[in-house]
Amino acid sequence: MGDLDLLLGGLQSAATPENLLYAAIGVLLGTFVGVLPGIGPAMAVALLLPVTYSLEPTSAFIMFAGIYYGGMYGGSTTSILLNTPGESASVMTALEGNKMAKAGRAAQALATAAIGSFIAGTIGTLLVAFFAPMLAEFAVTIGAPSYFAILLFALVMTTTMLGSSKVRGFLSLFLGLTIGLVGLDLNTGQARLDLGVAQLRDPLEIVAVAVGIFALGEAFWVAAHLRRKPLQVIPVGRPWMGREDWSRSWRPWLRGTAYGFPFGAIPAGGAEIPTFLSYVTERRLSRHRDEFGKGAIEGVAGPEAANNASAAGMFVPLLAMGIPVTATASVMLAALTSYGIQPGPQLMTEQSDLVWTLLASLLIGNTLLLVLNLPLAPLWAKLLRIPRPQLYAGILFFACLGAFAANQDAFDVFLLLAFGLLGLAMRRFGLPVLPLILGVILGPIMELKLREALTISDGDLSGLWSEPLAVAVYVLTALVVVVPIVVKRVRPDLDTPAAEVARAAQDDERVGR
Amino acid sequence: MATPSPDRRRPARAVVAALTGLALTAALSSCGVTRGEDNKDIAMWIPNSAGGGYDQTGRAAVSVMEQEDVTGGNFEVTNILGAGGSVAMTRLMGAEGDEHTMMTVGLGVVGSLYSFGLEDRVHDATPLAQLIEDQEGILVPADSPYETVDDFLAAWKKDPHSIAVGGGSSPGGPDHLFPMQLAETVGIDPKDVLYVPYDGGGPLTSALIGEKIQVGFSGLGEFEGQIESGELRALAVSGEERLESEPFQDIPTLTESGVDLVFVNWRGVLAPPGISDERRDELIAYLQEMHDSPEWQQALEKYGWTDAFKTGDDFSTFLQEQDDRVASTLEELGLI
Repeated sequence: MGDLDLLLGGLQSAATPENLLYAAIGVLLGTFVGVLPGIGPAMAVALLLPVTYSLEPTSAFIMFAGIYYGGMYGGSTTSILLNTPGESASVMTALEGNKMAKAGRAAQALATAAIGSFIAGTIGTLLVAFFAPMLAEFAVTIGAPSYFAILLFALVMTTTMLGSSKVRGFLSLFLGLTIGLVGLDLNTGQARLDLGVAQLRDPLEIVAVAVGIFALGEAFWVAAHLRRKPLQVIPVGRPWMGREDWSRSWRPWLRGTAYGFPFGAIPAGGAEIPTFLSYVTERRLSRHRDEFGKGAIEGVAGPEAANNASAAGMFVPLLAMGIPVTATASVMLAALTSYGIQPGPQLMTEQSDLVWTLLASLLIGNTLLLVLNLPLAPLWAKLLRIPRPQLYAGILFFACLGAFAANQDAFDVFLLLAFGLLGLAMRRFGLPVLPLILGVILGPIMELKLREALTISDGDLSGLWSEPLAVAVYVLTALVVVVPIVVKRVRPDLDTPAAEVARAAQDDERVGR
Repeated sequence: MATPSPDRRRPARAVVAALTGLALTAALSSCGVTRGEDNKDIAMWIPNSAGGGYDQTGRAAVSVMEQEDVTGGNFEVTNILGAGGSVAMTRLMGAEGDEHTMMTVGLGVVGSLYSFGLEDRVHDATPLAQLIEDQEGILVPADSPYETVDDFLAAWKKDPHSIAVGGGSSPGGPDHLFPMQLAETVGIDPKDVLYVPYDGGGPLTSALIGEKIQVGFSGLGEFEGQIESGELRALAVSGEERLESEPFQDIPTLTESGVDLVFVNWRGVLAPPGISDERRDELIAYLQEMHDSPEWQQALEKYGWTDAFKTGDDFSTFLQEQDDRVASTLEELGLI
């Protein structure tokens, strides 16, 4: 119970009115910067960090925690409202979130995202507080072979989301995997698909592809049909989550947390894979599978929780071992050092009061995020009542600004437009966009991990199952593939009408409307 | 559902207006300095992401120059990402004659220009000054069988295919060039080296502590905590002399161990090509003044960098040498 006392002590010293004000300012600043296109959480933290330098450590922590969680949350707002994910972690949120927004349920989508983030962030922070050293020790044993096995599992799961036409689905998936090949081959120095352009020798940003395909593709599609379709007004939904929304959200929140936290803690885990796995899982488990592709709340609740849990999980290696596993973590490490915290194995014992204050600050920042953003959700949702031409013009403007702002290079804007046209063409020819995005996310990481595992084993294939976790995941993957086939053989009548409905739903999704 | 009446639409408009305003502010503020005739503002480009080595060096230099008010104008720091710094370099070469821009440069950029297949070379810009040197270290996990660098090299020479090594940079970067040059020095074909590129010092530390790889090559600054706690051991440093600061002062240099190799990562500052000689001298004078200030000495100490200041033609010659050396290593590996 000693730890709990310490945490309460931390909360006590952190929760003064003055500090709460700093937390509120931090959350607002973080959210606003997070909403801006082209600025991910790492950049948001880096940009706003100097603001906290002049404060005394406790206030600085609190404001900093607010900025951090605010920045993470801000990205999901644009994902849901405008279909323009601000960072790769919120790409999955856009899938269902934007469909919900179009159906007049933007407020609910934003609310489930905010509450899910809060719950995941709180559970995650508590896990960090009580188990960080233990978890960190376990996390470093997970290497490239296990990671590759998990990715293979994820890839197998994508095949369940190809839509009713397997050919079109695979076409789209391979298109995505091909886009993922662009860039320099890190082992041989060979440029792949670079078309002789220097900017294409780096891997393409997932965000640029997603915004191009989702937001621009759709804007072009709408523009092409504007005069031929009756004016659709987005219905004004209720401002708050109803009983059903709650009962459909809480399980995804918890499952998302369970996915996100461990990925945050393992080296180079990131938020893309857990958000992805969470989405796939919710889609499989949901009793409203037919709603997926049209705005299922589970598809927002799960990935958003996974996203924030992974943000909290990142503190495990950071605090317990002084290892920054992501770009955001590196920026944060620099920040902690400047506050006089030297992360590392001794941190939890030698500087425990500072650590507990930091953890308490994270909890406070997370709570204020919820308090400030929940009432804002209905307000944000009104954004969608702008008439379509102006709304889409705004989306185009925002998307281009975001593409340009990151590097101030006109090439990035042209690249975005190219993906927008690809998105338009895919909608026109009935190719589902989802498998493409999954391919872009999975392909490059899979290649990287496969290569890493094989380099370490000097090309020996047995290196791929040299870790126990990897073996376990391969067994699980085999079960996922084999069990449905066996079940179908034994009980052919199980192909229920529900499955038919799901397929019909996927068809709708395929044409992108 | 009817079209919403105008007055009910106002909140939405307000939100959009606010957002657009914010976005525009952000865009404009990052759009660069207005360049008048007697303008004293300078843009500092960082060829890599926030928080990295280039960023630390560039921002430290800028903050000292601002504190000391060396130039009488403002600085604006921009991170230009892409292709290991080549994108920033290409843009610097394109800004010919721009007298209000500087860029941080280092060994990694030299290598990236080759590995990303670009024609630009660092010495073709206007070299201003080298600022610092950073030693590389050879790291092993606490219970590694290698107690000294000789143990490691003996095992490595015996069977390079049995030892996976890693570093925090992609091919062409310092952490990649160092093991390759080391291998060459001790008579191992660099092509036989099993090198795993990690995304920076963090993932490299995990791989070492989790014993996924046997040996790591990287700048030592990021590993201070792990070395102090004994989770990682450093077998050797790559510079001419030992480091002076805790906890690195007991680590022997490679030359002490009888290996004839000195390898240092370095960082400096370039200006675009085609600026006037007067302006070049003026910019060098700014950097000289910065270098001579006590604040800069503090920054060197804080980040554990070695002072290695050389300017103008000296720096130019140095860049040419570095370029040749990198090219020959990468050629050996068949990477270019």
